Amino acid sequence: MADPLPAAPLAASEIGAEVARSDAEPVNAKGRRSLYAKRQKIYPKRAKGLFRRIKWIAMAGLLAIYYLAPWLRWDRGPLLPDQAILIDFPGRRFYFFFIELWPEEVYYITGLLILAALGLFLVTSLAGRVWCGYACPQTVWTDMFVTVERWLEGDRNQRMKLDQGPWTANKLGRKLVKHMLWLVIAVATGGAWVFYFADAPTLARDLASFDAPTAAYLFIGLFTATTYLLGGIAREQVCTYMCPWPRIQAALQDEDSLIVSYHPARGEPRGAHKKGESWENRGHCVDCNQCVAVCPMGIDIRDGQQLECISCALCIDACNDVMDKVGLPRSLIGYDSLAGVMAGKAEAKPKLRPIRPRTVLYAGLMVLVGVVMLYALFTRADLGLAVERDRNPLFVALSDGSIRNGYTVHVQNKHHDERTFVLSVEGLPGARLAVVDAENDLAAEMTVTADQMESFRIFVTVPRGGVHDEATDITFRLRGAGGEMVQYDSVFRAPDHGGRR
Amino acid sequence: MSTPRKDDVSGVDTTGHEWDGIEELNNPLPRWWLWTFLACIVWSIGYWVVMPAWPLVADHTRGMLGYSQRAVVADSLAKAKASQSGYAKRLAALPAGENPADPDLQSFALGGGRSAYAVNCSQCHGSGAAGAKGYPNLNDDDWLWGGKLADIEQTLRVGIRSTHPDTRLNDMPAFGRDGLLTLPQIADVADYVLSLSHSGAVSPQAARGQTLFAENCTACHGETGRGNRELGAPNLADGLWLYGGDRASVIASISESRRGVMPTWEGRLDDVTIRQLAIYVHSLGGGE
Repeated sequence: MADPLPAAPLAASEIGAEVARSDAEPVNAKGRRSLYAKRQKIYPKRAKGLFRRIKWIAMAGLLAIYYLAPWLRWDRGPLLPDQAILIDFPGRRFYFFFIELWPEEVYYITGLLILAALGLFLVTSLAGRVWCGYACPQTVWTDMFVTVERWLEGDRNQRMKLDQGPWTANKLGRKLVKHMLWLVIAVATGGAWVFYFADAPTLARDLASFDAPTAAYLFIGLFTATTYLLGGIAREQVCTYMCPWPRIQAALQDEDSLIVSYHPARGEPRGAHKKGESWENRGHCVDCNQCVAVCPMGIDIRDGQQLECISCALCIDACNDVMDKVGLPRSLIGYDSLAGVMAGKAEAKPKLRPIRPRTVLYAGLMVLVGVVMLYALFTRADLGLAVERDRNPLFVALSDGSIRNGYTVHVQNKHHDERTFVLSVEGLPGARLAVVDAENDLAAEMTVTADQMESFRIFVTVPRGGVHDEATDITFRLRGAGGEMVQYDSVFRAPDHGGRR
Repeated sequence: MSTPRKDDVSGVDTTGHEWDGIEELNNPLPRWWLWTFLACIVWSIGYWVVMPAWPLVADHTRGMLGYSQRAVVADSLAKAKASQSGYAKRLAALPAGENPADPDLQSFALGGGRSAYAVNCSQCHGSGAAGAKGYPNLNDDDWLWGGKLADIEQTLRVGIRSTHPDTRLNDMPAFGRDGLLTLPQIADVADYVLSLSHSGAVSPQAARGQTLFAENCTACHGETGRGNRELGAPNLADGLWLYGGDRASVIASISESRRGVMPTWEGRLDDVTIRQLAIYVHSLGGGE
């Protein structure tokens, strides 16, 4: 934790030898602003503690999911891909373990997005920007890039010194290796992305032998560029300038949401503190600025809630470390509700209220949407029927006086093997139904290959005098060998004299 | 409008724009944003140089790359044509009157036939091939010259009353205009003809007409009025009428004769297209 910069305004002895003091200054401090702001480079200092540990674990878990998920296998039979998670654009299917979605079923994705949005609302109203601080790819990848940077260039002060110093072979070497490693991470990121869209082992082989489709290389290049740019170069600017979420969060939090907060009632008036000095008539904040030094957004949490704050809680770790050293209780900076912060030194601290109308509403809506989606998923038919009636001509009169209507029948077989169905028509006594297959033969059966939709032309013919109305409601029924059945309502058209002459 | 001032809370200057007490802060723009903006301007100038960009009086600036969407379309059309040539050869090699056994070839024929039909045939026969008065419905099973694939292809090739030397031709006399029958006689024949497709008792007029029909009409239309496809003589006993099935229309048909025309498509469409058209028309539901 020792900060080797000796140029601190206060000598280390003044605030106690065990507490290092930093001159870190918030980048958005008043008086630092101009019309065009050059980016103030942020040198986040390494933090240690509970929340840093949680972030490491979250990072490892999320990266593992991202990189490994496309390699999971899931057996779907010989005709279908065995990749557990696959977005198959040419085949127009989305595979997710036991779920297989057809293009017209994107409403499941809508449902998932609604669930994700409600989940975000719920978590934010409970504990602030947990997503931003722990799980957002921008945070995770920036964290990874900063880690690489720290590994090569040292912690905050070494990095600052290196940047201010002249270009030496050492500096050039470190910077070069850093950017190389960043590019490797970026390529791995873009590379992992394309595996979600094709069979991963095949694509990996093709990529290595330069036989992969151009689109694969193009997308790897694109995501390499964006990862390198956003994670390595732009970093916190993505959150402050590009992301809409910081603007929305204020509407989702209330005074009972747990947020990363500084307790001014306990901390102020802040000031340097010498070892052995009394804590009477002053705040617990020793103004060491460690909370600013570790902040990846380069802000000062003691200024209160700010849109830049991603709630990564590293300032909590930094401050707890300092509080331990000066022998004061932890959580001068900690997760607390605005109500708790406002209560200040009052004896009766407001109770935490995780169960509030808005959290109940969000949770209730999530359960509702989830149940509806699960119900829809488990009750959906694996057989689909749609019938299009010929509109031109509406009907055809045949030489024996019978009336013929043409229909195009679309049959979806969502099974993983070929099935044969029998189509029948009801509502028209005496009607003959014939399927026109490619050779123009007439058959009653329809065979659909595994996991496909096929279309058939059919003719329904009613003998002379068999139909009396211009339009007769009919129902098509499609039956499978296993007794499964779907139906579709349509209309049979005839001339207004009903075919009688 | 209010005058620009320093905002107390943020310490940032306001722009001076104010709506209902809400003022706009004049926060600094990130400098890289400015650079991005300038880079876009430079890019656009480069774009003008290499890509088609500015309209001129009769033309436009071509750009150094010579890119043209029209050329891209022409190129893809040529590629599509080339990729079809294999199917086209196989279709042309098929014996006349035979439907392709290969489903891919069949759908190539149907697809090509459908679009050729829309361009060349729909004007008379209708976009759904339902026909109109004087223009046969191609969906039904009533054919003047035969509904086999080979018959349909032959009709497409030579046409009816066309300029083709082998054209199909049916020559029914104009019984009224040419004075072969008197008007009452024609009316009797019409009654008889109508009775062929109607069940029920035969009226005395129809009975008179039957004699006249036997004398004048059976040579082509047959004893029972069922027509003769060799001669293009229509079946009078079914319920389908090309020129109307009411009494007046039938009288007009006998009196004036109908002389429908279809052009020959040989020479206007290539052999493959004619074959595609025949297969398409045959597939509409009346094919034999």
